[in-house]
Amino acid sequence: MSPSGAEVLRQIKSRIDEVDPAAVREQASNGAVVIDVREPEEWAAGHIPGAKHVPKSYLESRIEGAVPDRDAHVILYCASGNRSAWAARTLTEDLGYENVESMTGGFTLWKDRGYEVDVPRTLSAEQRERYSRHLLLDEVGPEGQQKLLDAKVLLLGAGGLGSPAALYLAAAGVGTLGIVDDDAVDLSNLQRQVIHSSERIGVSKVDSAEQTINALNPDVKVKKYAVRLGPENIMEILPGYDIVVDGLDNFPTRYLLNDASVRLGIPVVSAAILGFEGQLSVFKPYDGPCYRCLFPVPPPAELAPSCGANGVLGVLPGTMGLLQATEVIKLILGEGDPLIGRLLMYDALAATVSEVKVRRDPQCPICSRRPEEIADEELGVFPDYEAFCAGAH
Amino acid sequence: MATVRIPPVLRPSVGGEKELPATGASVGEILRSVAESHPETQSQLFSPDGELNRYVNVYLNDEDVRVLEGLETAVSESDTLVILPAMAGGSRS
Repeated sequence: MSPSGAEVLRQIKSRIDEVDPAAVREQASNGAVVIDVREPEEWAAGHIPGAKHVPKSYLESRIEGAVPDRDAHVILYCASGNRSAWAARTLTEDLGYENVESMTGGFTLWKDRGYEVDVPRTLSAEQRERYSRHLLLDEVGPEGQQKLLDAKVLLLGAGGLGSPAALYLAAAGVGTLGIVDDDAVDLSNLQRQVIHSSERIGVSKVDSAEQTINALNPDVKVKKYAVRLGPENIMEILPGYDIVVDGLDNFPTRYLLNDASVRLGIPVVSAAILGFEGQLSVFKPYDGPCYRCLFPVPPPAELAPSCGANGVLGVLPGTMGLLQATEVIKLILGEGDPLIGRLLMYDALAATVSEVKVRRDPQCPICSRRPEEIADEELGVFPDYEAFCAGAH
Repeated sequence: MATVRIPPVLRPSVGGEKELPATGASVGEILRSVAESHPETQSQLFSPDGELNRYVNVYLNDEDVRVLEGLETAVSESDTLVILPAMAGGSRS
């Protein structure tokens, strides 16, 4: 007569190594790989922090992805310690893993002991559908989508650059979008500021942008700041945001933003446009150069055409704003090579993209110092700050 | 011959050209020759003491000439000099 299931399990447990949850806690912090072999719904209800999930039914096909090194110390767990015992035998006897243990008592005992538990937030059925094309990407997936939903991004301006950036960040499910703009929608904006519409001429841009974003994606919370960013409000608005999208139209505010963002450690995805050409870079404080490293002083007013009205090909801010949105999403996900320490230049007429290196300036008046050394009164300050503004307007 | 790329804000001063042929063997020689042929660019590129204005970045290919040898940096036939003043045209422009 064949042995009973319970008898087989007893035999298996005598052939594998078992380990108590108390030892698992210690060994996990010493580099052991902890694998949860339960079903997806059990994993979703809570699991050991830092554990990897390889359901027992996919053990043979997926374990190498999770643990490529067969000499690695692997600890398996399930709900009570039985499925993980079977799985331990498979890894040891069939797949050649040298150092495998099964946690006694499983996740039930772990919880009973009061040890910490990670409960992943799950996407709703509607979110799984809405973001399904993101979920199919390895670089995004459910975890990346959750990062996007948790992210707080501040857009300076709902204009040429901010409009396309806001639309696509909202569509991507970036959970909080702050928008700073004190302007109202004007007919001459609509050639490029695609978040607004003909019916909203005269409406404040933050309200107009909010309406469009709400209609596009109810997951996104819009925070409106119908003010002009300045020294008096920047330290109230910026804190709490993960990333700032800079499409500012003037130099003094760009320097002010730079100094405040270095002080607060917030990366800035910066773009500028003129005519048929655009520039783009990411200024991540202390990881790369800041705006002052790139441009230590602003040009005189006659070389700062942003100070007056200039022609711009309507699609150009679209292109540059979407490149900004792309960099924002890369930063949130932690994927790819962000444009840190590089300035990208796009020439729409020539259809060429080129880039130059941007170095951190060891003498930079701002980012060569620690954040706590930068005083409020210094933010955005220039020897000729007032003179510059006066000359520009 | 090496080429000099002219940014949008300087183009009115060089007859609208986007690129100019470079005459000279160093960054300084080339930029001074640009300023000689197009006098309006003199004060845009150089300070009164002949140094490069601090608000103008110049790159030899993709490297800032300030981390090379500044105006003394040698330029060869196949190089491109990129003149890049700061731009701030943004949302409202």
